[in-house]
Amino acid sequence: MNIIFYGVVNSVSFALVAMGFTLVYGVSRLPNFAHGALYVLVGFLTWSFANDFNLPYPLAILISLCLSAVIGAVIYRLVLIRLRGLPTSEIIASFAFGLIILEGLRLQGIGGFKGFIGPFYVLPPFIDAKIRLFGVLMDVQRLLIVGVGLALVLLLWLFTHYTKIGLSLRAIAQDEQAAMMLGVDSDRVAMVSLAIGSALAGLAGVMVLPLGNVTAEAGYRVLINALAVCIIGGLGSWAGALLASSVLGFAMIISTSLFGALWESVVLVGTIILILIFKPSGLLGKQKELEERV
Amino acid sequence: MAGETILRVENLSKSFGGVRATKDISLELNSGEILGIIGPNGSGKTTLINLITGFVKPDNGNVFFREKRITGWDASRIADIGIARTFQVVRPYHSLPAFKNLIVPLNSPRIKRMPGGRSGDRDAVAIDILEEIGFERDAFVPYKIASTLPLGYLKRLELARCLSLKPEVIICDEIFSGLSASEITSLVPLIEKLQMEGMTIIMIEHRLRELFRLVGRVIVLAFGERLAEGTAEEVVADERVREAYLGPESDEGEEGEA
Amino acid sequence: MATGAAGPSRRKERLDRGIKVRTEGIYALTSWREMGYLLAPRSLLILGLLVLPLLVGEYWQRVICQAGVYALLALTFDFLAEYVGLICLGGAFFVGCGGYVSGLLNHYFEWPPCVTIPVATVVGAAISTLVLLPCLRLRGVYFAIVSFMFPLLTVYILIALNIFGGTEGISALSTLPNIWFDQYIVLAAAIIALFAMRRLVSEDIGLIFRSIKDNDQAVRASGISITLYKTKAVFIGSLIGCFSGAYLSHQYGWLGISLFAMDFSILPIAAAAMGGMGSLVGPVIGAFLLTPLSEALRGFGQLRVVLYCLILIGFIVYKPEGLMNYLQRKYHQFEQWKEV
Repeated sequence: MNIIFYGVVNSVSFALVAMGFTLVYGVSRLPNFAHGALYVLVGFLTWSFANDFNLPYPLAILISLCLSAVIGAVIYRLVLIRLRGLPTSEIIASFAFGLIILEGLRLQGIGGFKGFIGPFYVLPPFIDAKIRLFGVLMDVQRLLIVGVGLALVLLLWLFTHYTKIGLSLRAIAQDEQAAMMLGVDSDRVAMVSLAIGSALAGLAGVMVLPLGNVTAEAGYRVLINALAVCIIGGLGSWAGALLASSVLGFAMIISTSLFGALWESVVLVGTIILILIFKPSGLLGKQKELEERV
Repeated sequence: MAGETILRVENLSKSFGGVRATKDISLELNSGEILGIIGPNGSGKTTLINLITGFVKPDNGNVFFREKRITGWDASRIADIGIARTFQVVRPYHSLPAFKNLIVPLNSPRIKRMPGGRSGDRDAVAIDILEEIGFERDAFVPYKIASTLPLGYLKRLELARCLSLKPEVIICDEIFSGLSASEITSLVPLIEKLQMEGMTIIMIEHRLRELFRLVGRVIVLAFGERLAEGTAEEVVADERVREAYLGPESDEGEEGEA
Repeated sequence: MATGAAGPSRRKERLDRGIKVRTEGIYALTSWREMGYLLAPRSLLILGLLVLPLLVGEYWQRVICQAGVYALLALTFDFLAEYVGLICLGGAFFVGCGGYVSGLLNHYFEWPPCVTIPVATVVGAAISTLVLLPCLRLRGVYFAIVSFMFPLLTVYILIALNIFGGTEGISALSTLPNIWFDQYIVLAAAIIALFAMRRLVSEDIGLIFRSIKDNDQAVRASGISITLYKTKAVFIGSLIGCFSGAYLSHQYGWLGISLFAMDFSILPIAAAAMGGMGSLVGPVIGAFLLTPLSEALRGFGQLRVVLYCLILIGFIVYKPEGLMNYLQRKYHQFEQWKEV
């Protein structure tokens, strides 16, 4: 029973983290290596606003999320927009941004900026309580994660199917040229997708980080998890990402209970390699290898 | 050897998402012939070629080359056994001189297996192939950077790329497209010469007038299905073919200019 | 290009210099001046690198060793990215593989460096290639993602399972004789690798690599297996990377998870972007420029990485051709305004 609950929570955590990345990649074919950085950045910003500026917690969260969306849009508008169509440069630039943010958070002593080092930063959970469900003792925060995660999936589905902006996102994702011919501005859409993707990264951070500490190193871990989910599920496939999150989530929990937490990374690497060998385009990957470019 | 079935396609079907690109297409190719495949846009011609040459995996059906089942083989394997194809959108290795474009096929396992294929000056072989194809050696055309060549030459370069592989079958995907009438006129004798030397050729074309001078048999595709087959005259006279190209209720058919 | 609505307008035109044209092919041997034109840059580079250790004090000599390692990594990155189309975001993986193999061989079997380094180069390359193999069938972006993940994941595994020394690493490995040896080995390796790669990309196999980058469908249609050639390319690149790792483990006398550090992944990329991607020599020079800079900033902690990334982005956006491409262009071509 334990396993089922923690498996679900784990899966949803993975899904939360991967959604932003899948969105950006699906729409503009851009692997956003800054995703993990934004996750952690929002965590630190929220902490800063709440502690250094003494803002009420919900407000801090809101501002940080907006900031991260803005940062995402700015990254696109200032730099990535000039590199569209040059896959080498796009990837390298997004990678560099990720590193700037992640390593920048660890800077010390520049102009009085004290870096965020050490396990001292903790975000409080929303409701600090535990309840008992079906005989399993569970933090309410974890249940909230599941709730928010599912709500988010629903919201995103509605957004991309019923709002004008959401539909334009899907249009560009499916066929960029056709969408452009119908008047959809590809660059604007890309910027919007990066903004939403960044906000999603931040949201995932705000939901999951209260379970532990906020550290800059977590940014790399989170990015790797997001990438793993996308590879296993198929780059660009939403359903694939959800499926892969479940697979990974449960696999990690099961392996932890059987072998201990140390083998997590091994399970991760193993799953990735297995998928790449046996079903390279991912569990639900739409594009078959090099086929689609004849 | 001439006249036997060299390539056989049975019930090839492929859907992309909800779109039925090809449905149950069967055909036979006889050694030494030039087979034309025509049809209005969207009839599945290029998909058929991609299915045969391994660039797309079929949902159903089979392809046989000399009675050997090659369904689902990877594109490089199919090229390796002797089926070469051109691409509709010509993208040469643009920063390289024309003859260097042929170095890649000349280094393929297929050529290396052939007698004399491992040794020898590949550059010279490449230039020879280009000269046969019409690149005037005296004018140093083979040495020109590919991106500076006009389309007529680039189409010939595509053909040369296929020829470098010493294939048994060449599939030309709209090789006349984008060319002026005079450029096509100068290309036609080249293809005739290839046939006389024993090559089996499939030509997918829209430029029907020029195509009909070359082909023996023609197969018509429409909406992903095989619609008709016959000689050029039979196909042009066929009511269903006219309807497919020009729409129903069309009394005058043209000589086939789509 | 300047265009005007009315009146005379000019446009910039680039032509090869006369001497460049005269030095194509065998005609270069016709005169001293022509040969000088060809040999001067190359000799300058080789002599410059070889003379460098003699000009600086001991502290900076260690920096030269570092720079040599980064130069090799930058060369590998440039080759894989610009000549094969594979963007390797995890060069540290090669360094770690080579370093760990050579260090472990030295530690457990007590083989001397002159044996462990070559062995580690080949074995490490084999391991790296094998591990990267599954993603070579897929589009380039997969390679970028997977290569990024592997160094980090390997570190997690090494720490979690506490194998091969875990977090502390293994120290007391044999070191190389002296600092001069250190420097000249890596400098020689850099020079040899550079000229070898330049030769390779002009050979037929190099042409196939470049064709895979430009138009892989045509390569498939020519009967060549793309996956096979990508594998060969990754193996060649990882030979260079693993050599530098093996060298490092013996230069430090120590192996540990820092051999998989992000620095080894990102600085070569920044050096390549700054030096001129595609020129092969540019990244090497870029490494020799960036490494001392990063040494000078050692006191500022993580500022180094932020700086590399800023330099990287700056060059990619504003001067994508990089230093060496720019200089080469100036050397080989001249510009003039032409009336249109």
